[in-house]
Amino acid sequence: MSKKITIEPVTRVEGHGKVTIQLDAAGRVSDSRLHIVEFRGFERFIQGRPYWEAPVLVQRLCGICPVSHHLAAAKALDVIVGAGTGNGLTAVGEKMRRLMHYGQFFQSHVLHFFHLSSPDFLFGFDGDPVTRNIIGVIQHNKELAVQGVMMRKYGQEVIKHTAGKKIHGTGAIPGGINKNLSIAERDELLNGSDPMNADKMVEWSMGALDFFKNYHKTNVQLVDGFASFPSNHLSMVREDGAFDIYHGVLRAVDANGKRILDDMDYQNYDRYIEEEVRNWSYMKFPYLKHLGKEKGWYRVGPLARLNVCSFMPTPLAQKELEEFRAYTHGKPNGMSLHYHWARLIEVLHMAELIRDLLKDPDLQNEDLVVKGEKQQRGVGVIEAPRGTLFHHYEINENDQISLANLIVSTTNNNQPMNTAVNLTAKSFMNGQNEITEGMMNAVEVAIRAYDPCLSCATHALGQMPLELTLVNQNNEIIDRRTK
Amino acid sequence: MKETIRFRIDEHQITAEKGQTVVEAAKANGVYIPTLCNFEGVKPKGCCRMCTIKVNNRFMTACTTPASAGMEVESSTDELNDIRKSIVELLFVTGNHFCPSCEKSGNCELQALAYRFRMMVPRFPYQFPQKGIDASSPRIIKDQNRCILCKRCIKTIKTPDGRDYFAYRNRGTKLEVVLDEKLGNEMPDAVARQAMENCPVGSIIYKEQGFLKPIGKRKFDKKPIGSDIEV
Repeated sequence: MSKKITIEPVTRVEGHGKVTIQLDAAGRVSDSRLHIVEFRGFERFIQGRPYWEAPVLVQRLCGICPVSHHLAAAKALDVIVGAGTGNGLTAVGEKMRRLMHYGQFFQSHVLHFFHLSSPDFLFGFDGDPVTRNIIGVIQHNKELAVQGVMMRKYGQEVIKHTAGKKIHGTGAIPGGINKNLSIAERDELLNGSDPMNADKMVEWSMGALDFFKNYHKTNVQLVDGFASFPSNHLSMVREDGAFDIYHGVLRAVDANGKRILDDMDYQNYDRYIEEEVRNWSYMKFPYLKHLGKEKGWYRVGPLARLNVCSFMPTPLAQKELEEFRAYTHGKPNGMSLHYHWARLIEVLHMAELIRDLLKDPDLQNEDLVVKGEKQQRGVGVIEAPRGTLFHHYEINENDQISLANLIVSTTNNNQPMNTAVNLTAKSFMNGQNEITEGMMNAVEVAIRAYDPCLSCATHALGQMPLELTLVNQNNEIIDRRTK
Repeated sequence: MKETIRFRIDEHQITAEKGQTVVEAAKANGVYIPTLCNFEGVKPKGCCRMCTIKVNNRFMTACTTPASAGMEVESSTDELNDIRKSIVELLFVTGNHFCPSCEKSGNCELQALAYRFRMMVPRFPYQFPQKGIDASSPRIIKDQNRCILCKRCIKTIKTPDGRDYFAYRNRGTKLEVVLDEKLGNEMPDAVARQAMENCPVGSIIYKEQGFLKPIGKRKFDKKPIGSDIEV
């Protein structure tokens, strides 16, 4: 008799989802699905609002990386107000936005690694759930936990000084920004008392990377083999191919590293990317049009970015990238748990970027905003912590938004997450009649590696608990486990 | 020289010129009585009731009540502050006020009053009325979702020859402030900016220039409304 296992809700990710695993009569996994069951509808209710409200309104999708939505919307509106397509701002305008974005990347990645994922590494996937959380980390490894908390705080302070407040600020406006960085703010971030300064963040970022690399060394089989599969990878890169999370062109490579999207202008993203709707999830499935639904899906996020870029423009991160690349002999890395490795290299890169950018006197300039000839359509793309983020707006003759299309990072990772869940289910649940805590968490670990924000992906609000349901071949639920 | 009179507001001894309203006299003596529809230079109407006070155990509006010698005014009492808070709550539930995405946030008098009276969740059910936006003027947007019908725009925004840009339309629950279509199309830039400035909420929005003031530099970011008056 076949069975279906449902994991709902999935914990320690943002949002709410559930996993269903279908077993065949022999108890083997025949199918699995990550269902996203929330719906919010930002794309619809922003219609009719004045366009300049979008960066402030749409960022309310999320409280973890609202800066990404804030900046992606602002970049789209830069186009609409005639301020170029990503490189037309004043020096202070672009650099303040970059600083804001780097700060957010830093805090979001740190939150994910230290608060959400490190418990799995410290206590094992099947560790006691009572201690397998951030509180357990504090008790087990106080120094690591304190670093995680303070690093996140530092990132939040960067956001506060650039966006006005730590969550849901207003810094980016169409055509620029509404404040520069005062000398006092700069000095606080650059040379703040220990540990709240830029140099310490670089040092701690290297420490976090070492922590993961040491874990990797002693758990090679798990880290390399867990939910490992080849895929395409998509990311924005700077025009010269450098890793860049603020502006650039769209590039994708296949599992062998061959370019399948060659540095395209994202203003035309809809020529290259299409979204498929499936009737069991509110989250769409994007794919590269020219490759079709079956072959065109891709990964985004830290792993994809490091697979796609040509180099990282800071010395310590570049050195780490070379080591990362050498591990797979220069081929794209398809190992899901290496997302964490890639994420921590990005944390180091952000720390270096913040430290260097803070020394740039352009941040104190006064020419905050530029405007040109108004356009009716604008697309803004940014690399959010979780991957490539698309914001597309069109306005009517009265300056009201008439169309909004958002393809968020987690949506881009929809098919990879489903694939990862499927592989994990097969390795942990084939031939099993009972759902154990460890099995449930293994599926979660696979999802969590992608750091999904299901709230953003469906433009939905909520917590993300987990339910696992086991269903037989007649679609009758024969077992269910929740937490 | 005008005649001087003395009266009390709560524990404060107030010295006023004869002819001043209670609100004006209070302000001149460093006592804050909350207002919303009242606007300096415009004849008070007492329509929002935010300045409700008690004189001889009767509810009055301080913006329309002339100060008189020896009067005993109750203003900052639990009862009156709760009435004011309930008025703020009523305004919130009868409109669609979403502060997080409103560019008047931080400069909005309604929001500032809600903070001052520590409004958390309104005691009344939200009405979520269906209201529209008039964005047809090249200079401003009139967002009916946020309008509190205070008439400040009607009374203060006029053409040089005295014609009104704004007017009431309909009655009862359908009452709304509308912008004259022809005048709205010809509205000079300075007038549009003044209209936004005079609106206590985010109902009149100057086009294409949102969120210019960074957080921390907005009117009510650092100090609550009324603190510029209070001694």
